[in-house]
Amino acid sequence: MIEIEGITKRYDSTTVVDDVSMVIEPRTVCVIVGTSGSGKTTLLRMINRLVEPTAGVIKLDGADNRSLPGYELRRSIGYAIQGHGLFPHRTVAQNIATVPVLLGWDKARIKARVDELMTLYQLDPDAFGPRYPHELSGGQQQRVGVARALAAEPNVLLMDEPFGALDPIIRNKAQEDLLAIQKRFGTTIILVTHDMEEAVHMGDKIAVMDAGKLVQYAKPAEILANPASAFVGTLVGASERPFRLLSLGRVRDAVEDGSAEGEAISGDASQRDALAELLWSGRPALPVKGADGKPLGRVTVDGLVKRAARPA
Amino acid sequence: MKAWLPSLLRLALVVLLVAFVTNPGWFEPLLKPLTENNAPVIYNQGSLLTLTLLHLRIVLIATVAATVVAVALAILVTRPAGAEFLPLSRSLVNIGQTFPPVAVLALAVPAVGFGEKPTLIALFLYGLLPIFENALTGLTTLPANVTEAARGAGMTGWQRLTKVELPLSAPIILGGIRLSVVIGLATATIGSTVAAKTLGEVIIAGLLSNNLAFILQGGLIVAALAVLIYDGLSAVERYTARRMGREVE
Repeated sequence: MIEIEGITKRYDSTTVVDDVSMVIEPRTVCVIVGTSGSGKTTLLRMINRLVEPTAGVIKLDGADNRSLPGYELRRSIGYAIQGHGLFPHRTVAQNIATVPVLLGWDKARIKARVDELMTLYQLDPDAFGPRYPHELSGGQQQRVGVARALAAEPNVLLMDEPFGALDPIIRNKAQEDLLAIQKRFGTTIILVTHDMEEAVHMGDKIAVMDAGKLVQYAKPAEILANPASAFVGTLVGASERPFRLLSLGRVRDAVEDGSAEGEAISGDASQRDALAELLWSGRPALPVKGADGKPLGRVTVDGLVKRAARPA
Repeated sequence: MKAWLPSLLRLALVVLLVAFVTNPGWFEPLLKPLTENNAPVIYNQGSLLTLTLLHLRIVLIATVAATVVAVALAILVTRPAGAEFLPLSRSLVNIGQTFPPVAVLALAVPAVGFGEKPTLIALFLYGLLPIFENALTGLTTLPANVTEAARGAGMTGWQRLTKVELPLSAPIILGGIRLSVVIGLATATIGSTVAAKTLGEVIIAGLLSNNLAFILQGGLIVAALAVLIYDGLSAVERYTARRMGREVE
């Protein structure tokens, strides 16, 4: 659990982060959204003390994050940044092993961990391990950057626009991979982004920041349904709102009894994808199949449209 | 130009240089027409090989010392604690460079006497600036997200310096060392005016006795050394730059 209590950061007379308090539950994904200069990155960097706060306390599992020297604290917290920041003079394997080496793990354990992470990220350890970062594609570099951040099995992973430099297709894949890995390791992730789409997709909770203040901290559905201010409303985007709300739900939760013709959609797909498919193919209903291929029922345009309406 | 041609030229130059300093007698017929009144053709007051090695030794010592001091200084002024000394150290090193070498020699002789010492002092002062400037450039132009990642991974200041900042600056620092060596090779010849044992001795002997062959052999050896060392260090620099994932500009 991460408790942020009354955190403020001032540079001379400018207040970059203004009295922010929030609690991040363990094993969840918290996304901090805001425009440039909203203080979201500074807030993130105060958690691992790359920036020291002017006032306030941050507690990790109950312990003040100033109870350790900064560099020791940072070894226990994963950190991934935009443009990956890989060390160009070190191989992929050496990059991933950075924190374990700093922590003095023995060689066999480091090798096992590096191989595990590379396999998890679909990079063959024998083929990619000895390569240098500049020999990799952008998507591969980004994966290595996240693998490096996860190498020492941190409980907390901080990410500063980690997918910002990726093209949309690779970005989707990277987001899915991250969510899968988060489930597998139970890591608490705090992710900074300016992209509301990404926030709604990734976040268990979303923190919206504006001019250094935390303006709303709630579940995505709540933010979409009841934006706390006009600013949050603009960030959500009025025309996007119903679709974003739909994107939160799985098709299996919108299944109705009955059957329909045509190609079935997976119960794990998002309701937004289902609606898009319905609208595009001009059908009133789609059959739904479970993970095992068995039919679950159907989704209808009417049913989905009701779900896209503003929650009461 | 064919790719192997430069390598072939370098090899030929090395062979020629080694042959000349070890067996200067072989080249006597070539240089003979440059002398008058049966003057000696090949320098006869000491072996060319010894002088070449002494010349290289003095440059090596001065460059190593200059590298250590300049890099240490650059590291110091790029740490937060030393940032305020940046302008001061820059001007100090610049003064070292504006002093003409002859003036340094003349001023050093009363202080440390004749011989190698005043030459070493001059070469050392001359070597500082290029290395310092390049080390500063290298250490201050590191990619921001790489240094950020190094901090974020929990490296201490010392670990960041030795594992990330210095390796990544190495190609640029090497460029400074290369410049400094070449300046040193040339300046070392002047050292002979204050009785340092360098190849300058040959040139000065030639000037004093009006012996063109002496002047030419001293000058050519120094020139060949400079070209070869410059070339070799450039290759090392390109290799390191590739290793560090930085492009040579």
